[in-house]
Amino acid sequence: MTTQIQILATPLDIQLAIDWVMSPESGGIDVFIGTVRNQTKGKPVIRLEFEAYEPMAIAEIEKILKQAEEKWPIQKALIHHRTGMLEVGEVPVLIAVSAAHRGAAFEACRYIIDTLKQTVPIWKKEIFEDGEVWVAANP
Amino acid sequence: MTIKVLAFGIAKDIFGAASVSLELGNDSTVYNLQYALEHEYPRLRQLKSYMLAVNNEYALPGDTIHERDEIALIPPVSGG
Repeated sequence: MTTQIQILATPLDIQLAIDWVMSPESGGIDVFIGTVRNQTKGKPVIRLEFEAYEPMAIAEIEKILKQAEEKWPIQKALIHHRTGMLEVGEVPVLIAVSAAHRGAAFEACRYIIDTLKQTVPIWKKEIFEDGEVWVAANP
Repeated sequence: MTIKVLAFGIAKDIFGAASVSLELGNDSTVYNLQYALEHEYPRLRQLKSYMLAVNNEYALPGDTIHERDEIALIPPVSGG
């Protein structure tokens, strides 16, 4: 498996990600694009701010990709994650996975995003009209 | 020994800084560090949970800390 992991402070390029995972051996590519939603539980969100502990985030993503490779025959996997301020509609996370058959690509892509949300040291702050809050920090 | 702890997300607000330094006895464990941090910064106890990372790996309470380790306080993650 060939992988590419990047934590970036600049906008993510979806087409570049797809081109990177494409190969003659692939029968399909699954792409997950996270986008900034304009509300949380009915409360309007103005923007999100993302912060990463970069060396550990990359190490944890490497672990996830290794687990995915053990579970499914995937060929290439790319994970890009943003830091900094993102407006509504912008892309904080981009995952692209190629495999010989679609099942492996679909399942691996879902596993990667689901696990990333649980283990990778990246944090988002929601910014509202009247304040801001670090997501999931308090009970 | 002096231990420097990096802070991220809400931990940065609680510490009022991107990192803090603490004095710990030699051969202290992650548990000892957690105890010292919560004593100094009681708001840590109000978090849903948090982990300490040593050299870019999630650490267990019994792990020993060394002076040159890179230590970070990891509040609940929320990437993606």
